[in-house]
Amino acid sequence: MQFSVLTDDNWLLTVGTFLPLVGVLIMMFIPAADETTHKQIAVGVSGLTLAVGVWTLIRFDYGAAESLQFYADVEWISVISSGYTIGLDGISLPLYFLSMAVTFLVALYTWDNMPDAGNPKMFLMLMLVLQVGMAGSFIAQDLILFFVFFELVLLPMYFMIGVWGGEDRQYASLKFFLYTMFGSALMLVAFLALFWKSGADSFSFMALTEAGAGLGRNTQVWIFAGMFVGFAVKVPMFPFHTWLPDAHTQAPTQGSVILAAILLKLGTYGFVRIAIPMLPEGAKAWAPVIGILAVIGIIYGALGCLAQTDMKRLIAFSSVAHMGFVMLGIATLTPLGINAALFGMVAHGLITGMLFFIAGSVKHRYHTLEIKRLGGMLVQMPKLGWLLGFSAMASLGLPGLAGFWGEFPALLAAWNPNQVMGLSTDLFRVLTVIAALGTVLAAAYLLWLYQRTAFGEPKPEFVSGAHHARSLSAAANDEHGDEHGDDHGADIHDVTRLEWIAWTPFLVAIVVFGVYPQLMFKVMDPAVTQLVENLQVGFGR
Amino acid sequence: MISTVLSTVLAQAWEAPTIDWHALAPELVLMVGINVVLAIDLFLDDAKKWIIATLTGFLMLGAFIPVVTLAVLGDEVRSLFGGRYVVDEYALVLKGLFLLIGYIVVLMSQNELEEGGYYQGEYYLMMLVSVLGMVMMASSRDLLSIFVALELLSIPAYMMAAWRKRDAKSNEAGVKYYLLGVFASGILLFGMSYLYGTTGSTKLTDIGAAISAGDLIAMQVIAVVFVIVGFGFKVSAVPFHTWAPDTYEGAPTPVTAFLSVASKAAGFVGLVSMLFIALYAADGVYEPFIFVLAALTMTVGNLLALRQTNIVRMLAYSSVSQGGFILMPLAVIASGAAESALKAVVIYLLIYAFSNLGAFAVVIAVSRKTRSGEISSFGGLMSYAPGLGVLMTIFLASLTGIPPLGIWIAKFTAFRALLDAGNGIGYALAIIAAVNTVISAAYYMKVLREMWMKPVPDGDTTRIVVPQPVMAALGICAAGTLVLGIVPGLVLRFADLADLTGNGLLSLVGG
Repeated sequence: MQFSVLTDDNWLLTVGTFLPLVGVLIMMFIPAADETTHKQIAVGVSGLTLAVGVWTLIRFDYGAAESLQFYADVEWISVISSGYTIGLDGISLPLYFLSMAVTFLVALYTWDNMPDAGNPKMFLMLMLVLQVGMAGSFIAQDLILFFVFFELVLLPMYFMIGVWGGEDRQYASLKFFLYTMFGSALMLVAFLALFWKSGADSFSFMALTEAGAGLGRNTQVWIFAGMFVGFAVKVPMFPFHTWLPDAHTQAPTQGSVILAAILLKLGTYGFVRIAIPMLPEGAKAWAPVIGILAVIGIIYGALGCLAQTDMKRLIAFSSVAHMGFVMLGIATLTPLGINAALFGMVAHGLITGMLFFIAGSVKHRYHTLEIKRLGGMLVQMPKLGWLLGFSAMASLGLPGLAGFWGEFPALLAAWNPNQVMGLSTDLFRVLTVIAALGTVLAAAYLLWLYQRTAFGEPKPEFVSGAHHARSLSAAANDEHGDEHGDDHGADIHDVTRLEWIAWTPFLVAIVVFGVYPQLMFKVMDPAVTQLVENLQVGFGR
Repeated sequence: MISTVLSTVLAQAWEAPTIDWHALAPELVLMVGINVVLAIDLFLDDAKKWIIATLTGFLMLGAFIPVVTLAVLGDEVRSLFGGRYVVDEYALVLKGLFLLIGYIVVLMSQNELEEGGYYQGEYYLMMLVSVLGMVMMASSRDLLSIFVALELLSIPAYMMAAWRKRDAKSNEAGVKYYLLGVFASGILLFGMSYLYGTTGSTKLTDIGAAISAGDLIAMQVIAVVFVIVGFGFKVSAVPFHTWAPDTYEGAPTPVTAFLSVASKAAGFVGLVSMLFIALYAADGVYEPFIFVLAALTMTVGNLLALRQTNIVRMLAYSSVSQGGFILMPLAVIASGAAESALKAVVIYLLIYAFSNLGAFAVVIAVSRKTRSGEISSFGGLMSYAPGLGVLMTIFLASLTGIPPLGIWIAKFTAFRALLDAGNGIGYALAIIAAVNTVISAAYYMKVLREMWMKPVPDGDTTRIVVPQPVMAALGICAAGTLVLGIVPGLVLRFADLADLTGNGLLSLVGG
């Protein structure tokens, strides 16, 4: 097996990860009534964090994307052989950067779109803590450190859904919490079992990848099972997905975007980074199961979408389907499949994040997301309508937009799963065919959604009753200052300037990665290729 | 007859034992302090009783100084009275813990007592005596001194539980605690008498040697079971937990905090000394027994906690269930996990103290305004007292075991000990504990949900004035919970088995 590390600029990741905490500390001492200051600090700090992220992108040595860069290894809890070991390679770089960008844009979006429960101080502080947990999970190269960061996102997200969410927020947040908690408890037991059984000398990923391959087949299968539950809940994979539609539907827009764009990726990232490389035999044994569940997820998610009457819930179910494609790519255990999965993770983050932003704006204007009450969006708000169309096209995998490069290569990879690992070609070809049907269903539910919400004439209640609706919600919305400059008092206005600012980077990225996917593939590919090579070496042992 | 006995006794030359005064300094400071407090209290009128509280706080810190100097200076184990009273690193860590808990509880008690007009001088006196018993427990390596220490720490606690004299519930708390506590002492003493009878010594190392020398005889089996049952009452292990909820609810809240942390920890310390030094070789008896106790304790404690509507009762059952987690590693000590099990117990006691005391301190602060112990009285706390809300969130999330807050590392070390043993008992307990962690999340979340997501009951959003001492207690507990969670290395190096092994365990474990 080969691992290499570069230790230049090893302060960079620590600063980039923990910088948001500085914002939290400052905000702690400013009274909650001073809302503008809190927003300024949050945007400023997350902007600074993003700047560190950009600097990381610049300093990253793309010629050595397969080695861990900015690597640092400091003693942390020496008694349990766990260190503060961090590093970044081609697999984690895109996700690490994505988390910073999304948090910044979401903080910016919050400026005008604070959820109704108010208290931006607490909301933004939680968001910054969340960012620390997300970025930290992607840089951690030590299992215990990873676990700590992985758990750090739990409480802020719980409160974000539970305090600032919709009607059923308490039920949804508790469900989210207990599912994740259950997954992590089993995951931790699996981590410990891996450490003890393999006799590794530390919890670092490298040591465990070396040592894990030496375990017996049965042990690997059992330990993989524990990790599988932990990560599959987070992804979420069928049948552990039931928390997701509730959490997504009830969460405030900001929460949904972060959840879709980053949090779900912690699960898939865990598979790619931890479960599969450390347990080659376990991966081989579980790959067919993962593949089958992934395809069930694709079909089930798509059918679920067709049955939804709520726009946000529909987008949530589409996440189940999209993450199915990601997991199918991972299950093939081929470089192509895992590359596709990683690309799919970023693409899904951008596209579904964008869809949730749009859903949030629709809710803000119509005060409902019920599909049958919506209609004629293209007439009333042509720009928002077009953006919805654009995102829907990207989501269904239109070639030329980012979504395509997550799904198509995954299907391609599933046609020829990893032969060295002895995966059944027949099974995966059947899965490919079924998953391909899923793309047709995806086109169906997204286009149908678009047709029902954007085409036709606006519903009468939102034409004549607009003024009425405005006055009803005036009290709640006044302080959020709708910056549309519309003096007719109508609630329904097109995309605001702030929304453009927050959304443009998403839109640009969707197009750029769609037209030139090589931009990301070439960063990820060396690392993925090496990962699969190591996997096959480990499998041979 | 008497004269012959006397003459034989007197005929033996009595040698005064050489006493290591430095090693006994923490106990001596407390003992002198107890007398000083008693004397001063006589001459103070009620308005000036705060002097006693301050003095007691300083005494706890004063006794802490020799603990620190002993830890810094003495790298060797100080063994007194023929190895019956030992000051090693394990003892020092726990002495430090007991004194710190004592100090925090004094901070929490001060306003409660002043405003309630209770017997302040006597209260602090009782508390000092109880802490003295705990400090002695940490060093006791002899059946007699363990028993004396246990009574010394328990008897004042019985009285403190009944401190609100005119409140029927408080009286009930005291009486229940007293009756069951005395019953448990009787059982413990009975078990100890069998140990003495069958091994011929009260010194733990001698008993350990005798038990490991041959097969267990029936009386020794009974003795082991009775000793564990006796301590089981003290640490409120199911099914010996029945006194805990009523006592915790009825006693004044600072006393409840004291009982659920210090008294429980002292029980565990006694149990650990007995198991590791005296009963180590009787693993065939205690391992399955403790397995059942631990599994029952965490599960039943959790299930009952789920149903509570009173915050103190909820915390009482939660502390029962946490006791199960502390008990858990003791089920595998002879299965190759002695070292990690001891470490897990000590770490858990240390960190649990901070988080649990912190939660009680918030309850004290909030109930000053709401005058209610219901969980629903926490409704909307975040909206009008965000500071207390965040602190309570930290403490309860820590008790749930969410990283990077304190108890996660404690739970982690406990899991580690179980998996270290790698036998069926270990794996089974690990799975039970993992499931229980999730169940416990449900009731801790219930409080968080009240604070963050529910409206304020009656719309009463008067500011909560947190008295300075309680604020200080909150600060210490929050700092402990956060720092120990993020840099657990600070305490993880304590309690190496080598310290306990210095007294004969070494030969038993064979390492």
